[in-house]
Amino acid sequence: MSSEGVDLKKRRFLTASTAVVGTVGAGFAAVPFIASWLPSERAKAAGAPEEADISKLEPGALLRVKWRGKVCWVVHRTEQNLTDMKTLVDKLADPDSEVPQQPDYCKNETRSIKPQYGVLVGICTHLGCSPTYRPEVAPADLGPDWKGGFFCPCHGSFFDLAGRVYSGVPAPTNLVVPPHQYLSDDMILIGIDGGAA
Amino acid sequence: MSFMNWIDERFPATKVWNEHLAQYYAPKNFNFWYFFGSLAMLVLVNQIVTGVWLAMMYKPSATEAFASVEYIMRDVEYGWLLRYLHSTGASMFFLVVYLHMFRGLIYGSYRKPRELLWIIGVIIYVAMMATAFMGYLLPWGQMSYWGAQVIVNLFAAFPFGIGEPLSVWIRGDYVISDATLNRFFALHFLLPFVLAALVFIHIVALHKVGSNNPDGIEIKKNKDENGIPKDGIPFHPYYTVKDVVGVGVFMIFFLGIVFFWPDFGGFFLEAPNFEPANPLKTPEHIVPVWYFTPFYAMLRAVPPMLNSQFPGVVVMFAAIIVLFFLPWLDRSPVKSIRYKGMLFKGAIATFVVTFVALAALGTLPSTPTRTLLAQIFTALYFAFFLLMPFYSKMDKTKPVPERVTK
Repeated sequence: MSSEGVDLKKRRFLTASTAVVGTVGAGFAAVPFIASWLPSERAKAAGAPEEADISKLEPGALLRVKWRGKVCWVVHRTEQNLTDMKTLVDKLADPDSEVPQQPDYCKNETRSIKPQYGVLVGICTHLGCSPTYRPEVAPADLGPDWKGGFFCPCHGSFFDLAGRVYSGVPAPTNLVVPPHQYLSDDMILIGIDGGAA
Repeated sequence: MSFMNWIDERFPATKVWNEHLAQYYAPKNFNFWYFFGSLAMLVLVNQIVTGVWLAMMYKPSATEAFASVEYIMRDVEYGWLLRYLHSTGASMFFLVVYLHMFRGLIYGSYRKPRELLWIIGVIIYVAMMATAFMGYLLPWGQMSYWGAQVIVNLFAAFPFGIGEPLSVWIRGDYVISDATLNRFFALHFLLPFVLAALVFIHIVALHKVGSNNPDGIEIKKNKDENGIPKDGIPFHPYYTVKDVVGVGVFMIFFLGIVFFWPDFGGFFLEAPNFEPANPLKTPEHIVPVWYFTPFYAMLRAVPPMLNSQFPGVVVMFAAIIVLFFLPWLDRSPVKSIRYKGMLFKGAIATFVVTFVALAALGTLPSTPTRTLLAQIFTALYFAFFLLMPFYSKMDKTKPVPERVTK
């Protein structure tokens, strides 16, 4: 092939525009491959709200419910717990729940609708382990100042019974409070906000 | 040999054989440290062969995965052997690759003109980690599940609102689920072939620049009248035979573990993984497999900042990325540790202690003292690399001989 009389400018333009159009085409072709990794309709449907029956939940006890495949806790706090929680404020990273880890109607001292019942997503905000429920006061392994709460065994984060994180632990924020509402005194619906809270 | 002539006229068999084996001249002074490259290839073959066979009996679904592994262990003829070869092979792969990388470190095999060879090697290492991580989810035990949960959540730490959608995209669900297991299986099957291709490219690059050696001398600078390096010997038969001996010794250790100690005291197969995955309960103490623990210790060492664990994630990834820059961090006039001075030797010794200490800390539950230690060792890890331009230049080196010694 002789390059005599070839319009190099035009050739360069054609090469560049072919490359650009080809790249855009490759981008579009990649869409189905990337999009197929998103949660399927079935996975999204499994995220439906979940009911929790708390009629048999004794004070001091914890109920585990599965919502969106995640573990959710309903913790029944005693009067003593509620008093103890007030004394912890100095040790917590975000005692007033400034970071939006809860619906607005739970941005209060106990991070709940009713003070005695706490509803929390039981997934550590550090790297997603499920903390253990440690309601006992001053156990040997957690020290004399422990007033009950949650301890994440993976990386050693502490939370109080309202899911508020202690300062200086790996977890950066308080536990998440899922949207929830009371259907009756004995029934909580997790996953959807109530009209009037 | 008319048959070979017939082939050679159609496919360069003899040419390739000569160029890469029979007339490929490697330095004559290779020592113990030069076994691990060929051993790594051997283990890769073991992983691919046993892995393909395991895939014939394994079921990548959340309801069946755990039971299918037990089926392989109890009911499939020699299934236990195939699985133990695969699980032990994974740990052996990292062991020989760590030793292979250490060899490069002490003899300066990453220095000019082998920068690209080193970088391809680091890419292989990263691909190995991805493969191992995805493979670890497949048995669908407690440690599989929660280990994957923690690692995928590393991506959720990315700021600017891309973290959470990114982790959901990786999992295909809001938690680790059947969708995650299924895609990890597909990728775990694919990646070893990508690894094999990368190893091929690694060797192409190696044969372009030629092997380094314990003296760090370029043997190509000293050739005889036929253009053959005076300090070189043909790879085949000299080093093929040497490597066969290495393979023999290695197999004694490897099969010893496979037959007599396959869980290796919980380091190769962890106790919580003998319990099926339970999304509602995290095991008391979760740790990654030993070959990830140095990086895991660094992740835990960094406290959260600005309501985010992102800094820890950055440090952990930076610990791997810094390896890519090693060829340009070393400013020493000599390659091999044999001719480097006390500063560099001290730095390497500290680095070995640091890496082993981080690995050990990563396997233990965290306490305030251990976190402090992990922070000190994390700082030392980065100091080794980031201060290298200074101490390698200040170092008092010895003169390098013209020809390789011994």
